[in-house]
Amino acid sequence: MLIRKPPAIKSSEITPESVYLNRRELLRAAGITTAGMISGTAHGDESDMNFKPLGKLTPSPYSTDAEPTGFADIASYNNFYEFGLDKSDPAARSGDFKPKPWSVTVDGAAEVTGTFTYEDIVGPHPLEERVYRLRCVEAWSMVVPWAGFPLGDLLKRFKPTSNAKYVAFETVYRPDEMPGQRRRLLRWPYREGLRIDEAMHPLTILATGLYGVELPNQNGAPLRLVVPWKYGFKSIKSIVRISFIEDEPFTTWNDAAPSEYGFFANVNPEVDHPRWSQARERPIGGGFFASKVPTLMFNGYADEVASLYADMDLSRYY
Amino acid sequence: MSFPNRRQLRRIVKPVWFMACLAPFAWLILRALGLAGDDLGADPIEATQDFTGIWALRLLLVTLAITPVRRLTGFIWLTQLRRMTGLFALFYASAHVLNYLVPDQGLNWAAIIEDILERPFITLGALALTGLIALGITSTRGWQVRLGKRWLTLHRLVYVIAILVVWHFWWQVKEVITEPLIYAVILTALLGSRLIKKKRVRFKPDA
Ligand code: HEM
Repeated sequence: MLIRKPPAIKSSEITPESVYLNRRELLRAAGITTAGMISGTAHGDESDMNFKPLGKLTPSPYSTDAEPTGFADIASYNNFYEFGLDKSDPAARSGDFKPKPWSVTVDGAAEVTGTFTYEDIVGPHPLEERVYRLRCVEAWSMVVPWAGFPLGDLLKRFKPTSNAKYVAFETVYRPDEMPGQRRRLLRWPYREGLRIDEAMHPLTILATGLYGVELPNQNGAPLRLVVPWKYGFKSIKSIVRISFIEDEPFTTWNDAAPSEYGFFANVNPEVDHPRWSQARERPIGGGFFASKVPTLMFNGYADEVASLYADMDLSRYY
Repeated sequence: MSFPNRRQLRRIVKPVWFMACLAPFAWLILRALGLAGDDLGADPIEATQDFTGIWALRLLLVTLAITPVRRLTGFIWLTQLRRMTGLFALFYASAHVLNYLVPDQGLNWAAIIEDILERPFITLGALALTGLIALGITSTRGWQVRLGKRWLTLHRLVYVIAILVVWHFWWQVKEVITEPLIYAVILTALLGSRLIKKKRVRFKPDA
């Protein structure tokens, strides 16, 4: 496995202290747009908010020094079709979802398999802060201060065998708690996958939180994947199954529209979506002044990940 | 004489209709300024793009509905609202395109031209807008007189424009086409109602 030199960083800009200086305020702002909707109670009442602080996070050299998008925007604007089609649906309609207790089934080509509790999965791993760019396939972007740990560190605990060429993931299927799943918007459950070298790459993390608090339901609680050099739909949310497999796995968007969403889905400004350009993106958070800006190859992570695809025709394996 | 007479039409019906057509725009502005309801969310540019687009389409469909509704109800005065409604469709479409050009694209002309040439859904929108502008300009009495019979032929373009717009809508949705489908069904019904009428006229003499 290749570990490239981490990007140059200004550590002063990624310490939890500076990012979280105003956490109370950020949370209060979020309470107005998010917590109020979640709990259906009075706006801005901090006692009603269920965002539990995660404690101390280790800063990471992989963090970008870009300014994080506001918590309120991150927690109120995203795609999570399990809760509905609109980007406001996840925040508005995820109130019934119960991310605890949680368990994850691990199966396939590994020596250790079985069903593990959330605590089994997450417990042994020190949580890091990873401030990553996020690029949606719909041509908008954010900067998210995730809390999590490298996926590779978890996968190694299961001792994958040499047949483990890919890792497949599955989102929970709970139509009672996830109103979007009551309609056949996609073939449920949502499934995603990575090549094993992508899964083991140090940039790939499992996130349990953002902005120093546990993941809000709408952002994929309690456990989600984050692969920052791929379009957002690869970063599967609310994971209940991890499978080590030999062949390229079924992935949901690829199944829904194979000519539009490939298995790899690497951010690539030169390979357009058949219906819209991927050359530029809108940074969320700038109001009416957020004109589109150029999209970077591999979402700006080319130094770290380009070597994974050295011999591949990226316009064919999009 | 029944309501509305010519005076009531001018003094009441038309101003009320004008305000009604303007109301969605006022609502948009109030939300953009944070003065009403929720604000426009994390991406106000996209929210504005969708809102103005959908209202341009709705008003275009209302414009097309005026003749069939007049036939059904016998309210001949409805025809008097048609031009205003069509111009409002053009108004919302213009806001839609201005929002695209300025806040969305930041007047990056290279990108805009590439979009128009290479994104079929944008190409369709641009064609529809061109058509709407042509109809808007020639919607005056002066042009009606100047063009004579050809005026009617020109203004039949509105059907083509409506089809282009629904297509434009259809092509930009990600996977679930329910919403554009609803508009496509309404448009089909509106177009169909004309064909039925034509047929009846044609067959009457034989009956
Ligand atoms: C040069 C002309 C045009 C351009 C560049 C343009 C551009 C766009 C863009 C960028 C979107 C949003 C796509 C998205 O949300 O991802 C959109 C949506 C839309 N546009 Fe246009 N458009 C044009 C003309 C028109 C016209 C003339 C109409 C109607 C009369 C129209 C009606 C719509 C509708 C109904 C939508 C969908 C709104 C929704 O998703 O709710 N567009 N257009």
